[in-house]
Amino acid sequence: MAEHMTGAASLIKSLEHAGVDTVFGIPGGAILPAYDPLMDSEQVRHILVRHEQAAGHAAEGYAQTSGKVGVCMATSGPGATNLVTPIADAYMDSVPIVAITGQVPSAAIGTDAFQEADISGITMPIVKHNYLVTDPAEIPRVIAEAFHLAGTGRPGPVLVDISKDALAAQTTFEWPDEVDLPGYRPTTSPHGKQIKEAAKLIAKSKRPVLYVGGGIVRSGAAPELLELAEMTGIPVVTTLMARGAFPDSHPQNLGMPGMHGTVPAVGALQKADLLIALGTRFDDRVTGKLDSFAPDAKVIHADIDPAEIGKNRHADVPIVGDARGTIIGLIDALRSRKDDIEIEDWWQTLNGWKERFPRGYEEHPDALEPQFVIERLGQIAGPDAIYVAGVGQHQMWASQFIDYEKPGHWLNSGGLGTMGYSVPAAMGAKVGAPDKVVWAIDGDGCFQMTNQELATCAINNIPIKVALINNSSLGMVRQWQTLFYNQRYSNTDLQSHQFPDFVKLAEAYGCYGLRADSREQVDAVIEKAMSLNDAPVVIDFQVHRDAMVWPMVPAGTSNDLITTARDLAPAWDRED
Amino acid sequence: MSRHTLSVLVENKPGVLARIAGLFSRRGFNIDSLAVGPTENPEVSRMTIVVSVDRLPLEQVTKQLNKLINVLKIVELDDQSVQRELVLVKVKANDAMRSNVLEVVTLFRAKVVDVAPETLTIEATGSRDKLEALLRVLEPYGIKELVQSGMVAVGRGGKSISDRNLRSVDRSA
Repeated sequence: MAEHMTGAASLIKSLEHAGVDTVFGIPGGAILPAYDPLMDSEQVRHILVRHEQAAGHAAEGYAQTSGKVGVCMATSGPGATNLVTPIADAYMDSVPIVAITGQVPSAAIGTDAFQEADISGITMPIVKHNYLVTDPAEIPRVIAEAFHLAGTGRPGPVLVDISKDALAAQTTFEWPDEVDLPGYRPTTSPHGKQIKEAAKLIAKSKRPVLYVGGGIVRSGAAPELLELAEMTGIPVVTTLMARGAFPDSHPQNLGMPGMHGTVPAVGALQKADLLIALGTRFDDRVTGKLDSFAPDAKVIHADIDPAEIGKNRHADVPIVGDARGTIIGLIDALRSRKDDIEIEDWWQTLNGWKERFPRGYEEHPDALEPQFVIERLGQIAGPDAIYVAGVGQHQMWASQFIDYEKPGHWLNSGGLGTMGYSVPAAMGAKVGAPDKVVWAIDGDGCFQMTNQELATCAINNIPIKVALINNSSLGMVRQWQTLFYNQRYSNTDLQSHQFPDFVKLAEAYGCYGLRADSREQVDAVIEKAMSLNDAPVVIDFQVHRDAMVWPMVPAGTSNDLITTARDLAPAWDRED
Repeated sequence: MSRHTLSVLVENKPGVLARIAGLFSRRGFNIDSLAVGPTENPEVSRMTIVVSVDRLPLEQVTKQLNKLINVLKIVELDDQSVQRELVLVKVKANDAMRSNVLEVVTLFRAKVVDVAPETLTIEATGSRDKLEALLRVLEPYGIKELVQSGMVAVGRGGKSISDRNLRSVDRSA
């Protein structure tokens, strides 16, 4: 039955029908009509953020812990353009979000009106799909389609731009029973013939590696991955986006591959005769120089997005399908031939690397090491906490020095590398999983891009905890300056051991502010933070600035050039 | 690099052309020619896109096109397909030269669509080769203005593009 109402009321009703319970946003001129009925919605909680970028990252964090589609809302022009970064971020990391923006009245579109920006044009390259709605009757259908597109197939961001007159006009509301998208048919079940081909290659491989990516997390395939790995005994490497998709404590886990990957993981890919790539996209940060990546390996590549297959590396066995369905297929196909897999020699090599190249870092005689802080944080907060990193050195250390045991407990900006992701994403993650302890692990550079959201957290009772790895610099850039620019530290000194005083800043925002600058203080402040749940907590860990992320494969070079410390390269082929 | 002709069926919705053109440029492909128009189904438009690329990047761009929600189907047409372009060309032709130019027009089975004291405007359709030959012959008389359409193409035989399976190209993935 069609009901009469304004376009704005139709929008809010549509969001309710789509199952939305949380929206992060900021009102403004063009979106104003929507905020009026939003105030009366009993189902939808609107969280007023301080910057639209934070609304977008919060929607990403919320989506990843709740398993639902995240929603953010902003007005036209600058409100909408402030969403561009999180939309691009969600696109790169396949996070399902719907962004709703107000647009100037349809008669004014194209006239350079006040606060007009062609946001559907601007976001075209960074969305799964977008809409410009000027007819209020289309609102329910478009919202239904937007949520369907964002959450199915390869997840991603969808933007819905609605003109102010469409929000203000009278219309009828009717929720569509089903969406009709003739051009959208994601292939989710893998082809049986390809699964058989893959099983054949796996059974006769001598040096196979399960190279798994974020698709495992998105498709909920972690239990099946564990079964496949244990049934076959094949080693597993988990990309940055897949940390936690396979337990770090498992003896078959070689760690993260790539630019700052472990020696066993990078070495395993380089020496493999078969890569079983599941839900991963051969990113340049993993492969290094492509033509020397895994030179002896055949490739089985399974992904839900056919465009990823063969994009960077030829696939000998391409499989289009979701990771979970693919793994279930592989388990079935391999059950009868698992005894054919003979990889004892391979494990001997791998175990040798694991022994010779354990996780570690250089200790500093009299300053706090960032790695120590992160390692202790992981040990004290444990595998049930959710860790949300920013981008840079602290992100790499957080991926290396925390043991992840479960999928969905590690959130970061992997593809786009968005500084400022951590605090707002942690806020959204906490809203999506209120019973979990959520730790933002942030750098002092990143933190200063979005820390205004501490106010949002304090006001809305979202008690996140922030471990600020404060080395007073743009640490990763500084590391590259150390290694590749003759220690000429151009514009990387943030002086943030003094400016600002982060403890005072936290307190000014209604949060707890703590500080530690020596090893002895670390456990106590983390435990103190764990005990404080009535407001957000910020710990200013003042660490030394010369710590570096190792191992490292220099950008654009072969993975064979991995170094475990400055000028220290492992010899793969050492016979001992 | 080789030339490929793609027939792309798309939903007839605003912004579709921008989505497709934008995708080509941002993935680093040059479009040689593009023509868009309605089909027998008013909800569906058909684009004929000619690109010069190698086989592997062509596969990638086809897959990326298929990811666009408004793209219904992509078929690569082979060299045997019927391929036509249209040109309108304004040629200098005074009293002394007019009959020579008209002879060329007849030879190429083109048409004169406008006459002025010093020029003739000629309309011609045909394959790219034929039109190139026509323009070469007209060139010495002096071409004052030239406009060409993008190529449109259709497969030979009784089957239509909508008979084939939807998204016939990306299945090869």
